[in-house]
Amino acid sequence: MSEGTVKKFMFVNRKAPYGTVYALESLEVVLITAAFDQDVSLVFMDDGVFQLKKGQQTKGIENKNFSPTYRALDGYDIEKLYVEAEAMAARGLTEDDLLVDVTVMSRAELGKLMEEQDVVLTF
Amino acid sequence: MLFAVTINEGPYQHQASDSAYLFCRAVLEKGHELRRVFFYNDGVNNASSLTEPPLDDRNIVNRWSKLAADHKVDLVVCVAAALRRGIRDENLAAGFRISGLGQLVEAGIEADRLVTFGD
Amino acid sequence: MLHIVNKSPAERNTLDSCLRVAQEGGAILLIEDGVYAATRGNEGESQLRDALSRFKVYALAPDLEARGMFDRVMEGVTTVDYGGFVDLVAEHKNCQSWL
Repeated sequence: MSEGTVKKFMFVNRKAPYGTVYALESLEVVLITAAFDQDVSLVFMDDGVFQLKKGQQTKGIENKNFSPTYRALDGYDIEKLYVEAEAMAARGLTEDDLLVDVTVMSRAELGKLMEEQDVVLTF
Repeated sequence: MLFAVTINEGPYQHQASDSAYLFCRAVLEKGHELRRVFFYNDGVNNASSLTEPPLDDRNIVNRWSKLAADHKVDLVVCVAAALRRGIRDENLAAGFRISGLGQLVEAGIEADRLVTFGD
Repeated sequence: MLHIVNKSPAERNTLDSCLRVAQEGGAILLIEDGVYAATRGNEGESQLRDALSRFKVYALAPDLEARGMFDRVMEGVTTVDYGGFVDLVAEHKNCQSWL
């Protein structure tokens, strides 16, 4: 029934990694959605921008470091990664601090993009 | 209209499961079709048959089971999230089934609206 | 687009983020602890009053009643029951739960 249907799925990530499981479990849904050949985009806003911070070392907290997965998204044809400009600025981050290539957008631009989606999932 | 719902928090700790349940009931009362309820993250704990609330409290798990029985709603628990949290076939409440995350994506593709309840 | 917010504005920045991203003509539905944002006298009242000029704002009546806040709903906010919640989801092309 769903064969051939391509919907626009947007994943809105607003939470920092490790403090809660949401970032990791969001990423798992993203990978599965791509496997269904859907039009996938990821948005990182508010504390979600911390998910993309370079240099994560999780040995000391005995958690799996899942940040390399963001770099592997390319291999799943997930290339639409959007980061909220205001959120980065408010957290003292620049594009150089991020571990993947992203498109930086203003909140207003993100809002427009959101309107165009079929399914928006927030984690 | 075809609806699907996803729940990301467990019962009792957070209102998400209560809100989702009341929303689902309203969907059905309005004559819409409820394709699937998908339980993810701590939401998988809604499927534990070992849940035993005090008698004067609502039984969240049984309520979902009854909704599934009365309206043939497909209650799907994410396998990876469930195994992480000790939910397996042995302690799965009636009306729930364990399956993959693909079921969530499929619900998003097939339903006209997918509504998330969480924290 | 329907934006669903379930956090108290005094505890989290969820409503704030939503209001900054939401596009003109959208609708905002406050549920669970989100309903406190729709009540008179709360710190964020002016923020929501401003939002009312740009968006339609709804609050879930059973959540207001449960919290003893139903009689404090700000003018301009429409209260709905769960049936109304379903209607709002159906009426809008898409929805987002701001978790």
